Amino acid sequence: MSPWLMLAGLGAFHGLNPAMGWLFAVALGLNRDSRRTMWLSLLPIALGHAVSVAVVVALVVALGTVIDQRLLQVIAGALLIGWAAWHALYGHRHRVRVGMQTGLAGLGLWSFLMATSHGAGLMLVPVLIPLCLAATPARELTAAGSLPISLAAIGLHMAAMLAVTATIATLVFEWFGVGFLRRGWINLDALWIAALAATGLSLLL
Amino acid sequence: MASWRPDPSFYPSPRLAAKAPAEKLAYVAAFDPDRKTPDAVAVVDVDPASPTYSRIVGQVAMPNTGDELHHFGWNACSSCLCPNAPHPHMERRYLVVPGLRSSRLHIIDTKPDPRKPSIVRVIEPEEIAERAGYSRLHTIHCGPEGIYVNALGNAEGKEPGGIFLLDPVSFDVMGQWEMERGPQKLAYDFWWHLGHDTMITSEWGTPDTFENGLVPEILLGSKYGRRLHFWDLHTRKHQQEIDFGAEHQLVFELRPAHDPRKAYGFVGCVISLKDLSASIWTWYRDGSKWAVKKVIEIPAEPADPALLPPVLKGFGAVAPLVTDIDLSMDDRFLYVSCWGTGDMIQYDVSDPFKPVETGRVRIGGIVSRATHPGAKNGHLNGGPQMVEISRDGKRVYFTNSLYGAIDPQFYPEGIDGWMVKLDVGDQGGIRFDEKFFVDWPKGHRPHQVRLEGGDCSSDSYCYP
Repeated sequence: MSPWLMLAGLGAFHGLNPAMGWLFAVALGLNRDSRRTMWLSLLPIALGHAVSVAVVVALVVALGTVIDQRLLQVIAGALLIGWAAWHALYGHRHRVRVGMQTGLAGLGLWSFLMATSHGAGLMLVPVLIPLCLAATPARELTAAGSLPISLAAIGLHMAAMLAVTATIATLVFEWFGVGFLRRGWINLDALWIAALAATGLSLLL
Repeated sequence: MASWRPDPSFYPSPRLAAKAPAEKLAYVAAFDPDRKTPDAVAVVDVDPASPTYSRIVGQVAMPNTGDELHHFGWNACSSCLCPNAPHPHMERRYLVVPGLRSSRLHIIDTKPDPRKPSIVRVIEPEEIAERAGYSRLHTIHCGPEGIYVNALGNAEGKEPGGIFLLDPVSFDVMGQWEMERGPQKLAYDFWWHLGHDTMITSEWGTPDTFENGLVPEILLGSKYGRRLHFWDLHTRKHQQEIDFGAEHQLVFELRPAHDPRKAYGFVGCVISLKDLSASIWTWYRDGSKWAVKKVIEIPAEPADPALLPPVLKGFGAVAPLVTDIDLSMDDRFLYVSCWGTGDMIQYDVSDPFKPVETGRVRIGGIVSRATHPGAKNGHLNGGPQMVEISRDGKRVYFTNSLYGAIDPQFYPEGIDGWMVKLDVGDQGGIRFDEKFFVDWPKGHRPHQVRLEGGDCSSDSYCYP
């Protein structure tokens, strides 16, 4: 599959997860009785997510220029499996720092923390390595050479994530109502953990 | 263990929770005031269609004696659906049951057979003292960061009392909740406004001032609790203290509005030193601060001193002693237990500043000794105390014991336990269900009631 399609697909998968933000946008819109708040909330949510992903992209590119690509894959693979295990064991058992009265900055921080603790960026590593490091076959090129592609990767992922987040948030806010959560909220955490572990394995094998 | 869909007893909003099916079982904490036999959590059949309706159909005894079971709560509830810390794929399954006197914490599994609960873990007081620095465990709430437990004393049984966290999966004690305590020293109840990131705590006293009964000098000196404390729920810092004034003593049960948009709630004050009246106060958001206003005052009733216990004889009146209140899921009706006079009063609090009385029943009472159609004995003792409302607001349950050491101060001949149920009219109004009278087995007294699947003081919500 095209790496670009993969990036967009993973963006959609991330956007689907209520823990990545569509639910928070809906809740803020409902509590403040404001459609505008719901829509406005989507921006810091998408940005926080993108910044979290960008950190991983930057690390991949930086490490990719100094260490062997295979080694990078092994490190990332092990990290992903560790992340999956940590998430399975301790997933939601952590400090809650952002509440329902949050402003947009707090929401952005929340989204960054959630994406990071969920390993959203790590999940992209198998796609990022060939994509962002393709321009550095002999490791001669600087990271600058990867910059446009890296930015495009982050942008595409964020756009797909935002599109799905906005779609679900709108559907729940405008039509389904939060009663939908009782039936429709399948255990995406379990799928997420499986995705982290599978991604890790794919890098190791 | 994790499930594929959210627990069906979790509701995103109070509006949806009010549509929940009727409960079939109630769990009731019961204790032995003589501390000779183990306390127990009893299972009461509350399904009118069942042949064992209004009977105790199961119970689980504690492994020790003298715990004084009092309040308790669930391991998980509707707040698991909150968007900032979502994790709804857990079960509402375990009751977290502390001993108020022993400081021991019991984890009770209500599955696979909800009529046969069993103890799966006991956390000893030493572990709680060491890891959290607290003792005399009181209220339990499931919330954003796990299971919150509050305690009336520190590890040495002195002030400050406060809150600690239990891990919602392993039930390990995680440690003290407060990060900046400010002036707070006394503790009693706590709850929160999830929609306003605010924790609220109330005050009773330190264990040495109540474990042998209320101390008249401390009460008359206004040295028991009389304040509310407001905290940032997430930074865990104290933000504001409100003093009700020297006249008011014992600020107890906190009932915030269930609708997360509403920034108000109700708290009961047991007694006024001026005239023995009890009062209900509304706390509310006033600009950038919290404020309180007394909205109900329930007067003491003059009585023949010969009929009064020593503690009240000199006053020639029965104090109402409002010791518990509960708010219906739609934030419309407030139920107020007057443990002294024997009244259970229903107020319409649609306007939280102008409550209107919509119903009243009397049972027990220090002087009235009012009976119940289901009671064999024509004069009941004890009075309305811990009250719980079904999620749909149609049924109200309550029991009659307050606290082992205080019961005989107001009911010197002791208390014979009972549990009753009220049926609620669509537009308010309450009457006894004549078929529901649990004549509590001698040797134990019932205290808090929790309903299967949740009730009006167990869950909190993040969506309107």
